[in-house]
Amino acid sequence: MAVTGLAYIFLRNLFALVMLSGMFSLTAAVLYVVMDAVDVAFTEAAVGAGIATVLGLATLGLIGVAHEKPSRRSVLGPFLVVLITGAVLINATLDMPHYGDPNAPIHHHVAPRYIEESGREVGVPNIVTSVLASYRGYDTLGEVTVIFTAACGVLVLLGRSGRRRPGAGNRGGREGAAGDAGAAE
Amino acid sequence: MRHKAVLRVSSKLLIPPIMLFALYVQFHGDFGPGGGFQAGVIFASAFILYALVFGVSRARRVVPAGVTRATLALGVLLYAGVGVAGLLLGGNYLNYSVLAPDPVQGQHLGIMLIEFGVGMTVASAMITIFFIFAGRDRDEGDG
Repeated sequence: MAVTGLAYIFLRNLFALVMLSGMFSLTAAVLYVVMDAVDVAFTEAAVGAGIATVLGLATLGLIGVAHEKPSRRSVLGPFLVVLITGAVLINATLDMPHYGDPNAPIHHHVAPRYIEESGREVGVPNIVTSVLASYRGYDTLGEVTVIFTAACGVLVLLGRSGRRRPGAGNRGGREGAAGDAGAAE
Repeated sequence: MRHKAVLRVSSKLLIPPIMLFALYVQFHGDFGPGGGFQAGVIFASAFILYALVFGVSRARRVVPAGVTRATLALGVLLYAGVGVAGLLLGGNYLNYSVLAPDPVQGQHLGIMLIEFGVGMTVASAMITIFFIFAGRDRDEGDG
């Protein structure tokens, strides 16, 4: 994954970048499988590696640009921001409990109840499903609404007015969908 | 895409198993990994594969715009409607235990229905977004 990330920085060919992002997602999916989060891995492989790559390629076909133009502006400012953010994040991980630590707070809040009671209360063998669909029903409803809103946004921005302002509509649609998804999470 | 015989034949072979696998993931989500979201994406990918190989306009004839838009909204409505049904039957919003005489059975029914709603919305959202992205190309070429 680190190699993919580094290659991201130096590559200018957009097609290769889209493919790299698919590779990154696939590696992430493998990582999730290793960490026993099969449901998450499934989603990552289907959405991140599959649909996102196809959508990226479709966008490339739409805008018809194969290479990113090298920016002339100084990279020092953004680099500093990234460096500080990274340092803060790494500093935060030092306080996190070790992976698989049974004393971690996450294993003591509501998780024991889900594990012990969901078989009796919900009766679904896959606890992930019972948590997502039943205990956390509101959240999932919100996620579905986000997807609905994203599709509606794409429809409104790109569906009809394709002939008038292709560039403006396209950019707005991407940002709108990303913004919706970000806000919900 | 008229001459890519290998692509056409292999995608024709692949599309039915993809759809079957999507349905399996959809309804087997209670027992193994998976659920409405993943199933919706896989189901949509079958249509996207068809559109990639045979062209968006032919794929649009299989699933017209009206159908995907209707199912897009129907999925969310189904999900929210299950919640309202729980309300009407005397429980809290999105409490499935009251949907059937036996609470566990009610949970099963509720989860199946909402997962189906999720799958519908996700599949039609993905199909809609892809068709719009890929279809604009052609529109501009024509106009």
